[in-house]
Amino acid sequence: MTRTLPCVASALSVTALRKSFGSVHAVAGLDLDVPEGTCVGLLGPNGAGKSTTMRMLTGQTRPDSGEISVLGFRLPRESKQARAQMGVVPQLDNLDTTLSARDNLRIFARLYRVPAAERDAAVARGLEIARLTARADAVVTALSGGMRRRLLIARALLHGPRLLLLDEPTVGLDPQVRQELWAMIDGLRTEGTSILMTTHYIEEAERLADTVTIVAAGEAVDEGPPAELVARHAGREVREVYGPPARLEEVEGAARAAGFSTRRTGTSVAILGAEGAGDRLPEGETRASRLEDVFVKLTGEEVA
Amino acid sequence: MATPSEPARRGDEPPGRDPARDPSPPGEASRRLRRIEWDAITGVMMREVINFGAAWKQGVFASTVQPVVYLLAFGLGFGQLVHRVDGHDYIDYVSTGTVATAVLFSTAFNAMFGSFVKREFQRTYDAILSTPVDVEELVTAEVLWLAVRGGLFGSVPILVGIAFGLDPAWTTIFVPLVAMLTGFGFAASGTLISAVVGSIDDFSYVTSALFTPLFLVAGTFFPLTGLPLAFRILAELNPLHHCVELVRDCTFGDVDPTDLARVGALVLFAALMWWGAVDRTRRRLIA
Repeated sequence: MTRTLPCVASALSVTALRKSFGSVHAVAGLDLDVPEGTCVGLLGPNGAGKSTTMRMLTGQTRPDSGEISVLGFRLPRESKQARAQMGVVPQLDNLDTTLSARDNLRIFARLYRVPAAERDAAVARGLEIARLTARADAVVTALSGGMRRRLLIARALLHGPRLLLLDEPTVGLDPQVRQELWAMIDGLRTEGTSILMTTHYIEEAERLADTVTIVAAGEAVDEGPPAELVARHAGREVREVYGPPARLEEVEGAARAAGFSTRRTGTSVAILGAEGAGDRLPEGETRASRLEDVFVKLTGEEVA
Repeated sequence: MATPSEPARRGDEPPGRDPARDPSPPGEASRRLRRIEWDAITGVMMREVINFGAAWKQGVFASTVQPVVYLLAFGLGFGQLVHRVDGHDYIDYVSTGTVATAVLFSTAFNAMFGSFVKREFQRTYDAILSTPVDVEELVTAEVLWLAVRGGLFGSVPILVGIAFGLDPAWTTIFVPLVAMLTGFGFAASGTLISAVVGSIDDFSYVTSALFTPLFLVAGTFFPLTGLPLAFRILAELNPLHHCVELVRDCTFGDVDPTDLARVGALVLFAALMWWGAVDRTRRRLIA
């Protein structure tokens, strides 16, 4: 395990967190740690419990059991104090759509208790962060999807939070907009803001997260820096063998019998950790191992 | 009660420390925020005020025109048949009565639809609750804002009545306060109903089966004295009836000790509905 040095404090830590809705165990014993000043990616398929976890971190869902500590506050009891020092960017846009960008920020500067004398400056800075200074008075419905998302992020930063929760920050956006948001998030991390981000985009986790926690069925299956996770579970190289379904099954069987783990990619079987296997494995295309290989291996081939 | 460690901790702080720039490290910062904070309430109200600024024309129109239409239809229409009721001109009787109707329209309906839309469709409540605002502050702020609005809009029928010759006593200045108090209870009722219904279509049941009888059997358009005893007893449980009676007594200058009991009934109604609205909204929002 590549845990942080003991002297680094946690911005957020979660131990044995559980939450069920009826017979559905949304979160089933999750452990999670965000060392101060780092960006942690919570990576998992849909339904892995990421959003439920995020809601428990803001006190909007009550855990059945487990410990949550956010910026030194115990949740849910002290969730209000924690919320005063963190920013939350929801997955679903909940801006006031009939109001201008500026008014949206004015309201949240107030809700986040920015002192009256600093509120105008905070709103101006927010508009700058969202790069909407020129469109400050445009009504939200007139803004593009990318602009709205930038505004949503800027809204969460008005009070200079020490921790930022990002729930699927780039879901449903164009690649260009996504890259622009990645630059923005990376900038915040560089400035020292601790970040917890859920995503099911592997590339997003790979680029932004210092540490990735992979979750499946409400539990953390492994955690570590992306490169380490790849080395641990998928080695250096992957050999992809293409063929008709019957051939793929055969290849899969042979590779597993030889002690290798495999994953399906849809059109091929990928044999993980294939470096130095030589002709012990069927022939195929060799490529570098990726986080995606780890993700599929650890969270299962089929998503419920 | 402050624990003994708290003053000591405060004393330990270095002088000249600016808490905004130098937030206390985790662990030390366990200062409790109070349960209901004025800052949180005014923050949420400010959101309502800014939103109202963006759509005030529709708001004023919806909240005032409807009761004024009732006033004119009944006052002028029925006024041809009925000239005096309880010793007052019928138009004066109706213009004072429709204050309660105006309050109901501008508070209960807005609270019901508004809170449903903000909770389910716009997800505004999710956004607000991710800031340092709790459910009780959210509900209190929204209900308070609707009560203030209801107090002002609710008084419009009196102005219309004056235009038609109503001669108000000095105690009429209390009418906006009565309207506000009634409005608080009904805004909270609307919020409570919104938190218990399954879908927005269920509001039709509430509107037809609850609010319509409430405003018709409140002594707005006809006196309740001629009704069977059972109805008169039920009417005493109708907060709108107390509102109507209070507004009439204030406007006609007939304030008496029973009015104090009516104020008490409205306070009780407001408190119960507020409590229910907070409780049910919390259950709906915090799973």
